[in-house]
Amino acid sequence: MKGNVIKYDRDNIDTDVIIPGQYLKVHDYAELATHAMEGLDPDFHSKVKEGDFILSGKNFGSGSSREHAPIALSHSGIKAVLALSFARIFYRNSVDGAFLLPIEIGQDAYDGISDGDELDIDISTNEIQNITKNQTYKMKPFSEIIGKIIAAGGLFKYKPDQD
Amino acid sequence: MNIVEKILARGAGKSSVSPDDVVFAKVDKVMMHDVSGPGVIKVFDKLKKQGISVDKLWDASKVWVAEDHFVPSAEKASAENIVKLSNFTKNYGIEKHFKYGMGQYGICHTISHEEAMVMPGDVYVGGDSHTNTTGALGAFACGLGHTDIAYVLLNGQIWFKVPETYYFKLNGKLPDHVMAKDLILKIIGEIGNDGGAYRTMQFGGSGIDEMSVESRLTLCNMTTEAGAKNGIVEPDQKVVDYLTQRGATNFNLVKGDEDAEYSKVFEFESSEMEPTIAKPFSPDNTCIVREAPSVELDKSYIGSCTGAKYEDLEAAAKILKGRKVKIRTEVLPAAISIYQRAMENGLLKIFLDAGVTVGPPTCGACCGAHMGVLAKDEICISTTNRNFPGRMGHVESQTYLSSPLVAAASAVTGKITDPRDLE
Repeated sequence: MKGNVIKYDRDNIDTDVIIPGQYLKVHDYAELATHAMEGLDPDFHSKVKEGDFILSGKNFGSGSSREHAPIALSHSGIKAVLALSFARIFYRNSVDGAFLLPIEIGQDAYDGISDGDELDIDISTNEIQNITKNQTYKMKPFSEIIGKIIAAGGLFKYKPDQD
Repeated sequence: MNIVEKILARGAGKSSVSPDDVVFAKVDKVMMHDVSGPGVIKVFDKLKKQGISVDKLWDASKVWVAEDHFVPSAEKASAENIVKLSNFTKNYGIEKHFKYGMGQYGICHTISHEEAMVMPGDVYVGGDSHTNTTGALGAFACGLGHTDIAYVLLNGQIWFKVPETYYFKLNGKLPDHVMAKDLILKIIGEIGNDGGAYRTMQFGGSGIDEMSVESRLTLCNMTTEAGAKNGIVEPDQKVVDYLTQRGATNFNLVKGDEDAEYSKVFEFESSEMEPTIAKPFSPDNTCIVREAPSVELDKSYIGSCTGAKYEDLEAAAKILKGRKVKIRTEVLPAAISIYQRAMENGLLKIFLDAGVTVGPPTCGACCGAHMGVLAKDEICISTTNRNFPGRMGHVESQTYLSSPLVAAASAVTGKITDPRDLE
């Protein structure tokens, strides 16, 4: 999975800035995408491209449980968010709804990857290749259940009884 | 096992579970509101297109619905969502739908305890992050997103990783002028806004024994702001009495074993707490009120699931009685039952005499949606739960989080004020 990085060099990007509260009444996914990251980066919608990744610090997606947050990012074209850590509801919403991949990274990847870098992420080997800088980092492997739900394509396609 | 492990083991049909086990647990109660409900309806529509049957819920009697975020409807989209939600509950035979303008309604987490919707020992999930609130009744109460709630509605169960438990031992009764909100802000300030991430935050000790059920609800409500999966207090006679007064019968009081294990124990001297606030822009950015920055406030807001229970209004009224507010001040009781009691006991008169505007129950201003949002550069002191950039309105507005006592004292002076320093 190849894409370019939009880096937000900060911690605690909460779901209120990913999609502000006034848009919670909106349930049209395409319309939500036009307001993604509006609370932090009003230019996000004009610069994001299909297949891009977001890179940020710790506790990404904290706060409100609004599933609008992964929906708005996913329908903006974001395929994965790379972060030092994730808040729990954003993490499971991303996976169970099959909106995007929440990828936990180490400090080496966080420091090594710059805004605009092109990455190739391989979740079968847990490797992140930085094509721009010719570096490779390890991602934290998904736990067993998360890996299975991702492989199935979301919670509704996952069959726990067949384990 | 501790209380959470026992509740999840029963839900999963296992004799025991340990932290990090992944289980599918049967759900006893599920809640959605006028934001997560339409989100769930959207998931149902997607499932239909994929050929997955959404004809029948697993058990409509275990589902309840609140209208809180966008009532009263400020514009068409909100009004349409309420219609959609009403059609959904009618079509699926969900009887417990608390509707705006039809008797009892209010903020979902407040309805959970005011109407005894959730019982001790329940596995309870809600489509809202502050579902943690209801753990104060001794339930495993956890917030989920739309896809997960849709899954529960159709399957009656959901996966959980059994959390590690952090145990917070609270020593002694809170002093006068100090509330549970001050204590939980102090705790979040110490452990940080991800200090409880993925974990249970359990509260116990003599500080809890001394504390009212409503104060415990405030503690558990704010565990969300430390990233916790849930907050919980072991149920005691106070919980039984509280729920019995609200019509509940048949209690199953699950408690942890004597040798229950906790991954970490914290001790806080609740008897030595001081009025505390969280400064912009995070609930963990705390200081005591007497060291608060000297800012000119524009507004005081006493509302939300966190800070507009009956006890919260009573505290604010104690300060506002015979005084006048100096800044724009709003009191929004969190449910109609609380509004009614506030009327019967004379609190509304105290608020109105002080110059306060009293509004209907709604999440509106707390989440920056409607009903009193902040303008650019405005500064608000608020009894709500989070103060991220733009949370209560313009991205360049500021919110200080406080107890109802501090919010009321600050309303009187126009500055952030310790209630002990009020003349």
